[in-house]
Amino acid sequence: MKFGVVIFPGSNCDEDLVYTMGHILHQDVVKLWHKERDLQGCDFIFIPGGFSYGDYLRSGAIARFSPIMDEVIAHANKGGYVMGICNGFQILTEARLLPGALLHNASRKFVCRNVYLKPESRSAILTASLDHNKAFRIPIAHGEGNFFTSADDLKRIEDNDQVLFRYCSATGEVTEESNPNGSLSNIAGVCNTGKNVFGMMPHPERAADYELDNTDGREIFEAALALVKA
Amino acid sequence: MEVPNLAAKAKEMAKTAAQEPATLEQAREMGLLPEEFDKIREILGRTPNFTEMCVYSVMWSEHCSYKNSIKWLKTLPKDGPHMLVKAGEENAGLVDIGDGIGCAFKIESHNHPSAIEPYQGAATGVGGINRDIFTMGARPVAQLNSLRFGKLSDPRTQWLMTGVVKGIGDYGNAFGIPIVGGEVYFDESYQANPLVNAMSVGLVNTSRIISSKARGVGNPVYIVGSATGKDGIKGASFASKDITEDSARDLPSVQVGDPFQEKLLLEATMELAQTDAIAGMQDMGAAGITCSTSEMSAGGKVGMDIHLDRVPLRQQGMKPFEILLSESQERMLIVIRKGHEDEVKRIFDKWDLHAEEIGVVTEGPMVRYYMHGEVVGEIPADSLVLGGGAPVYEREFREPAYYAEAKKFSMDQVAEPKDLVVVARQLLANPNICSKRWIYEQYDSMVGTVNMSANRPSDAAVVNIKNSNKALVMTVDCNGRYVNADPETGTMIAVSEAARNITCSGGEPSAITNCLNFGNPYNPEVYWQFVGAIKGMSAACRKFGTPVTGGNVSFYNQTVAEDGSARPVFPTPTIGMLGVMKDKSLLTTLDFKYKGDLIYLLGQPKDDISSSEYLVSFHGIRNSPAPWFDLDEEFRVQQCVAGLIRNNYISSAHDVSDGGLFVTLVEMGMPGDLGFDIVSDSEIRRDAFLFGESQSRVVVTVVEEDEDKFLDFVVESGVQVMLLGHVTKGRVTVDDLNFGLITDLKEIYDNAIAEELTQG
Repeated sequence: MKFGVVIFPGSNCDEDLVYTMGHILHQDVVKLWHKERDLQGCDFIFIPGGFSYGDYLRSGAIARFSPIMDEVIAHANKGGYVMGICNGFQILTEARLLPGALLHNASRKFVCRNVYLKPESRSAILTASLDHNKAFRIPIAHGEGNFFTSADDLKRIEDNDQVLFRYCSATGEVTEESNPNGSLSNIAGVCNTGKNVFGMMPHPERAADYELDNTDGREIFEAALALVKA
Repeated sequence: MEVPNLAAKAKEMAKTAAQEPATLEQAREMGLLPEEFDKIREILGRTPNFTEMCVYSVMWSEHCSYKNSIKWLKTLPKDGPHMLVKAGEENAGLVDIGDGIGCAFKIESHNHPSAIEPYQGAATGVGGINRDIFTMGARPVAQLNSLRFGKLSDPRTQWLMTGVVKGIGDYGNAFGIPIVGGEVYFDESYQANPLVNAMSVGLVNTSRIISSKARGVGNPVYIVGSATGKDGIKGASFASKDITEDSARDLPSVQVGDPFQEKLLLEATMELAQTDAIAGMQDMGAAGITCSTSEMSAGGKVGMDIHLDRVPLRQQGMKPFEILLSESQERMLIVIRKGHEDEVKRIFDKWDLHAEEIGVVTEGPMVRYYMHGEVVGEIPADSLVLGGGAPVYEREFREPAYYAEAKKFSMDQVAEPKDLVVVARQLLANPNICSKRWIYEQYDSMVGTVNMSANRPSDAAVVNIKNSNKALVMTVDCNGRYVNADPETGTMIAVSEAARNITCSGGEPSAITNCLNFGNPYNPEVYWQFVGAIKGMSAACRKFGTPVTGGNVSFYNQTVAEDGSARPVFPTPTIGMLGVMKDKSLLTTLDFKYKGDLIYLLGQPKDDISSSEYLVSFHGIRNSPAPWFDLDEEFRVQQCVAGLIRNNYISSAHDVSDGGLFVTLVEMGMPGDLGFDIVSDSEIRRDAFLFGESQSRVVVTVVEEDEDKFLDFVVESGVQVMLLGHVTKGRVTVDDLNFGLITDLKEIYDNAIAEELTQG
């Protein structure tokens, strides 16, 4: 399994993902420059967090037009794995690889803190083997993470088991108070109908290093790795 | 056909400006003194032309020349056991971490722009300080900031704070370096003049440090990064009749920040730093091209020929002085080793950034500025800079009346309140004490995956050095009220508190950077505060072995009252301290760990409420001496804490500071929702015991089986120790008086700022 991390100008979580996949999880990982068209034989592509192209227009709106994204979209359409985190999630919705959109936080403010996530999908590799009764403590850091979609889409997403995570309390209850940004039905992450493209606003790569005293994110990566290899 | 016309026009205008000698009146209006104008004539052997006079006026401004502060700054300790680069030699100080790693760090103010335009003022402050770090080849790894505002209940304060916080957040979050620490104070002395001090810390491979000195005659000089516009020029106040009356309206007074450009500039610079192409580099901050070309030339004892018409511009028709003085952000000046030009082009093309050759290093000593082939300014580089020809002044100083008055304060004048629970709750909701969560949650504190304090709170921020067993420890501290009460003692306290925070976290203090925020230096009473602060800082830095590696001075911070009188801000010498944690296993947190753990106080409890938040906010007494402080006792307590951590005898440590012992204990309880049951010292008035801010005290927790070893060690070190009580499941009790549940106190502490804002 070879991992690739796409780097746009303005990406700033790319090194964190490379460190997590390479140094912590001992995977083969390479960086993919946005001007290139070669995925270098990667099986699993990460779109990292940051402010691609400055995100002065609408988060992710420009990045989807970069040369590398043509290849990422083709890869996804062939069933290849793609995962977007934070800005990466925004880019994947702009590229229509994932349903919904990420609006400004309900508070209208950027927010960075630990939140709790409840895994949901039993069919997506990212969450299938996780403890579904556990509240995973994972940091968020975004100004536009308010997941929104139409009522019909929401029904389709839920019926098709595409919800990866919902924001919850420390004890695992999905409540209004535990929703940090106003996301529809507390949705923190979704996948596509093919279950090969994933997006989430929280940053599991920021909760993967023992030295930072929180490895809940590492559990998510490890669970996915076990199934990807299988 | 528009372009050639404009170019011709610009050329004509350049000629006019270049050839006309400046007048004394123009010089005065640009802030130069008559004797300074005479000195310029003497240096040049002729009257400067308008462009040259502009160059001198900004380079000899307080901001660039430190003319009113340098005499005293030179008395600060500059070298220490951990230093790689001494203060003032490069853009920022450099501390040796070992293993071939150096740490560059610096703090800088952006007070005046933030007072006018809080969002851009604060944002460009963040941008500027980070450039200071990466221009040395160091990659920023952490940021901190120190903010001061007027009364939070005031709507203008709320506007300023909201804008400053958003400015820092938007810039820092996009730039992608975590904000790991900071402090925020509110006091009416900062009403019209907020203080915005930003600090950046970076790591560099010591064999790849980039110098800020120009080297190598014949080497090309490049400008890289953003194009140059008219932003920020007005700050230098142009008032020539020829030029400004028509153009002043066009000049925005505050620079505009673009964190995206800064991020690209960072990455391109880091890539370039891996090559051998760079002979020297400096960022462009205040006074833009003028400052970077003259300082680089003077530093390397060379000259430069600079062609202003080759500078990429944002708008056409810019005049030479505008190009020279523009403070457009996200730009760098780089001297390239001849033959490496293609390498530079390739890297900057990759990042879609400008990289234009605008000149060449010459024998010196002159820097020459050209426009379309014609010299528009010719100045000896050394005559412009600090340590060279820039003026140095001695200012008179005088002890203000309030100082003697404050010494008359006695605690006996203040009656002890009947209900201390009410006092405690008010203090926890006080904006100077309560949680700053509303602010810091708007900052990305976890990008980079190095913030070791995000899940483990400690007195100072701990930043991981990946692939090493070491960590950096950092903090910013200053209680301006203490410094106002007694500049010398107050500044010693600021340095000591910073060192205490680092020590309590398991680090060893290494060096400091300072940001000296004061009123008008021509006011002898303000200057007395400045001199006292420098003396106090010197004494404390020598004691802790922490040299001053750099920083900046910001004078003229004041609020003008309705009657026209100027009231200076509290003298605020913000201390940014860097420490090293030699082994990550030493990391010590401030939170209570388990119910039943013993709570001990190290240091001496005192009958002292001077300058405490309690005295000011509850009793309304603003003028009192600094809290009790003794530098030797402080050092002893810190050595003791360091030893306890090394021996693993304590499970948590938190220093007593703003709000006193009670607030310290609540802060230790909140992370784990644990309370405390303590007994006070019967020799000491209970309000002083709980809320007094006498210094050099640290609260620690000890597990029962370590108690004997702990006590032996403390007694051996000669530090006074007192058993306060024990950690409880959640109830907070002092002398059997019930203060409620920790979760209720946390509710007050956590939400106070948000509630004040919605009410305002």
